[in-house]
Amino acid sequence: MNHIWDLLNEVFDPEVPVLTVVDLGIVRSVEEIEEVFHVTITPTYIGCPAMQTIEKDIETKLREHGISNLIIQTSISPAWTTDWMSEEGKRKLKAYGIAPPQNEPDKSVLFADPIIVPCPRCDSDNTKMVSRFGSTACKAHYQCVQCREPFDYFKCFK
Amino acid sequence: MNREQALYNYVLRLGDDSLILGQRLAELCGHGPILEEDIALTNISLDLIGQATLFLEYAGSLGGENKSNDDLAFLRLEKEYVNVLLVEQPNGHFGDTIMRQFLFDAFRKPLLENLQNSSDEKLASIAEKALKETKYHLKHSSEWVIRLGDGTEDSHSKIQESLDTLYRYAHELFFTDEIDAYLQEKNIIPELISVKSEWENTVKEVLEMATLSFPDNNWKFEGGRKGRHSEHMGYLLADLQYMQRTYPNMEW
Repeated sequence: MNHIWDLLNEVFDPEVPVLTVVDLGIVRSVEEIEEVFHVTITPTYIGCPAMQTIEKDIETKLREHGISNLIIQTSISPAWTTDWMSEEGKRKLKAYGIAPPQNEPDKSVLFADPIIVPCPRCDSDNTKMVSRFGSTACKAHYQCVQCREPFDYFKCFK
Repeated sequence: MNREQALYNYVLRLGDDSLILGQRLAELCGHGPILEEDIALTNISLDLIGQATLFLEYAGSLGGENKSNDDLAFLRLEKEYVNVLLVEQPNGHFGDTIMRQFLFDAFRKPLLENLQNSSDEKLASIAEKALKETKYHLKHSSEWVIRLGDGTEDSHSKIQESLDTLYRYAHELFFTDEIDAYLQEKNIIPELISVKSEWENTVKEVLEMATLSFPDNNWKFEGGRKGRHSEHMGYLLADLQYMQRTYPNMEW
């Protein structure tokens, strides 16, 4: 079983290629039932086009290592949250230049101040949101006022 | 009517609302007024089409004919779609697109919140998943309504016109018939009273901040829930269904 988790930890997210599917918290469980491995995954965002690729990548990885009795199933409840992202994953995101999710979702109502997202480059708190929506469903678009660098923020999703 | 039939019809309504609005927003891909909005609108489209995928998949499993979500999305006739008229209205200018989105989001959020407690587990789990995204959409559309309403003279008058036009379609969001009554009795779907009062509060609050006024006419259009659509629907479906109609059973 540990072997399977190790292999899953080598499957990378196609859109954020520094994170593995385990870092992201997409893999919910691995069970062996009558010599068949059941891998349960959950989508981050329902419409995320990367999910199909991820499912295929997991299957390819496991089959390459001789695990062919497997079923990959999708579960949507409980719904995915960024709380399931590993600390290791958050560290890797920052090193890659994407600000990791803060523990608070953006609760700003209308024009109230949004949460502070430190710049992944220079660590300044003086950043501003450019757009709630970024290059993928899971990200928002920010800019650092201090070092002027634009960056992606992996939205807190709870 | 039995439970499965009623649920099928209801879930189809939820799925069609998501699908048709998702399709409308997808038309804006590459045509957004600014780059950030182009990305935002297509992100929302993607979320809605994702929701439609789940709803229609569930509906397909209930209909007794084992239809796939693709069958339901691409191979029905116009009169078989049961979305509200609001979501099929054309994108118009940016104010029209945003006002349509706002009126819909303000309804969808409290509806999904309530559906999370449905006695039907599957419906509750889809609602739980879709709610998180919908809250984000509402925040976005509310901010734009305020920005445009309380913006320049030009943006104010334009979005006031959007409101006057689209508000006539908003009443249909609260359409109910014997299907709803049956499911409400079984605690599968909520009474719409609390959803409606939250919708009214949100709309009132945002319109006030946007310095917009409620339309003084009381026109109400409906028909979508019964398959009677506006003239725009046919054109939308021609686009949506083109590939499957032209190359039946084609897959990517």
